[in-house]
Amino acid sequence: MLQEESDLSLIIAQIVQKLKGSNLYAQLERQAWASLQRPEIKLESLKEDIKEFFKISGWEKKLQNAVYSELSVFPLPSHPAAPPEHLKEPLVYMRKAQGSWEKRILKSLNSMCTELSIPLARKRPVGEQKELLNKWNEMGTDEPDLSLFRPVYAPKDFLEVLINLRNPNYENGDSLSFRTHLGLIQVPLKVKDIPELKEFFVELGLTTGQLGIDDSTQVPPELFENEHVRIGQKVLTEQDSAAAQQYIRQGSPTALRAELWALILNISSHPEDILYYEQLKTNVIQHDLLVDSLIYKDVKLTASNDDYYFVFEDYLYQVLLCFSRDTSVLSHFAYNSASPPKSYIRGKLGLEEYAVFYPPNGVIPFHGFSMYVAPLCFLYHEPSKLYQIFREMYVRFFFRLHSISSHPSGIVSLCLLFETLLQTYLPQLFYHLREIGAQPLRISFKWMVRAFSGYLATDQLLLLWDRILGYNSLEILAVLAAAVFAFRAVNLMEVTSLAAAEAVLADLSTLKVMPLLQIFLFATVT
Amino acid sequence: MSRVSVPCHVKGTVALQVGDVRTSQGRPGVLVIDVTFPSVAPFELQEIMFKNYYTAFLTIRVRQHTSTHTPAKWVTCLRDFCLMPDPHSEEGAQEYVSLFKHQMLCDMAQVLELRLILRQPSPLWLSFTVEELQIFQQGPKSPSMTFPKWLSHPVPCEQPTPLLEGLPDPSRVSSEVQQMWALTEMIRASHTSTRIGRFDVDGCYDLNLLSYT
Repeated sequence: MLQEESDLSLIIAQIVQKLKGSNLYAQLERQAWASLQRPEIKLESLKEDIKEFFKISGWEKKLQNAVYSELSVFPLPSHPAAPPEHLKEPLVYMRKAQGSWEKRILKSLNSMCTELSIPLARKRPVGEQKELLNKWNEMGTDEPDLSLFRPVYAPKDFLEVLINLRNPNYENGDSLSFRTHLGLIQVPLKVKDIPELKEFFVELGLTTGQLGIDDSTQVPPELFENEHVRIGQKVLTEQDSAAAQQYIRQGSPTALRAELWALILNISSHPEDILYYEQLKTNVIQHDLLVDSLIYKDVKLTASNDDYYFVFEDYLYQVLLCFSRDTSVLSHFAYNSASPPKSYIRGKLGLEEYAVFYPPNGVIPFHGFSMYVAPLCFLYHEPSKLYQIFREMYVRFFFRLHSISSHPSGIVSLCLLFETLLQTYLPQLFYHLREIGAQPLRISFKWMVRAFSGYLATDQLLLLWDRILGYNSLEILAVLAAAVFAFRAVNLMEVTSLAAAEAVLADLSTLKVMPLLQIFLFATVT
Repeated sequence: MSRVSVPCHVKGTVALQVGDVRTSQGRPGVLVIDVTFPSVAPFELQEIMFKNYYTAFLTIRVRQHTSTHTPAKWVTCLRDFCLMPDPHSEEGAQEYVSLFKHQMLCDMAQVLELRLILRQPSPLWLSFTVEELQIFQQGPKSPSMTFPKWLSHPVPCEQPTPLLEGLPDPSRVSSEVQQMWALTEMIRASHTSTRIGRFDVDGCYDLNLLSYT
């Protein structure tokens, strides 16, 4: 049909435009020039011969991976009349809510600035630059005085904003009726129910092998594990992103995980990427940002206190400080409902030529932000690769966990999905917790905002993040949260206060993620 | 293809409700919007574009100009087009929508008036409508040129002069040269839009406070 053809050509044009500026384009051009020397390339059929050469030499596969990556990350082009805000977030009231939340964050940061009399950014004097360069690999040994700094916001502040989110066109009566939501989230977003989730997560079913279940010591490896590892190695030799994404839905063998994630996220370590990271490092050394102190404080408060992650403290600084200087992250704001904060060079207020984004990547870290990076340190030891993987994970997934949007993987939808699942399939538990003043979302929110990092054991967390990559969706976080409540339902039914409920759910480190998910989705009698 | 916006007059929405509006508890679930074209002759409709606001289903009726003396009748050209897959949830609630000629049930050659019938069966929403309604007709076709006679009816060619030995076929050479020319044109026309990566202004990044605007 005419409409579909024009949609397709629009998508193709957009992807081509995006890829033109990339490294891959330059490499393909170079390869094409070099291939002219080859005997099989004839002038008469130049186009077809070069295409054939690309196919044989594996470059077509790289291009396919790049296109697949773009399709996964960018939303489909919307209606031509839709303004750019519509692509960020189609619902007007959510855009407004995100705008006011951002204003609160900016006010908080500004007041911290004026109270402590510290500038947002300043150029480091040469002596300080040298010192930092020497200390680059052991920034964790530094003990700056951070007592006056406080995190800009914590997940529970964000939860309060989400609880107060209202659609002005929705019947929000004061009296309870069939219209009121019994949970904390009061916006009527579309969320999947269990039959739809079963279809979406079909590879997690009881009859399909899973790493995390079928690789336990009691199960002989010939049944599933050996074959799965063999297929994984084949996927890696083929270097096919789409195949890797499909494969990882059943979990990734520990030995192959680092390469598989890099393949799915389409990260390859070229000299240009390492150079880019070094450039970011130079930026960190040259300019000192207030955000750096917030990062220091966050790492000291969260990752350094964690039994699994304290060893990676230095890596975390190296990644997060560079992340703040990376302007390529700004491009994700095209599909993120949030907007980067703006500032003006000192003395040039209001002059657009002197307007800059602060921090350069537009992302203000909150309490617990460093936990997004920490689990990745188990997989990648080379700082520039670790950095690239984290950046790609952030612009694909993690940004949705702390911005207000109606996207199915956005935190609002995840909260609503969690509450709906609990209400529908564990109504007695939900009612009991509500009656004692322990709304379940108050406990599970912090798990979902951090994608369970710091709450689960690391091997279980990595199995969970395998599925996030495999399904290109964060909905599994909400399903896991509901599954955890289902697992501890018996104990929860006996508690009589929010504090007691929190105590029952305080320690998740012994949980096995995949059996919980499988039972909740496929084996619960409804 | 090009399209031209047609100036239209959108009348106020009329709610269809059974019983007395003042005393009944519920809100109307059906609204009717009439669209007239006072200053334009009957035209061929190409596209209808609007922004949805919580309307679940859309029906469009059209009144066309007929050449005979019979009065123009209302005909349904779009029946129960679904804008919101789940009327109780936000999916599709504020989307931009385009409806084209080929989606209509009848020919839209001589449109006089349009009637949009909006339905929202869910009682959850306080109001619903469609906004930013725009109607388009076909834009002007490229002016037809009359070709000189020798272009459209070429004279049968004379016997070509015998080819010299060793030279390639001229028609093949010309097609290859054309292909290469097209490739070079494509390369020339392409330009990238990547960022450079600098976040400072001339090496200076001294900032005081964040701006709220």
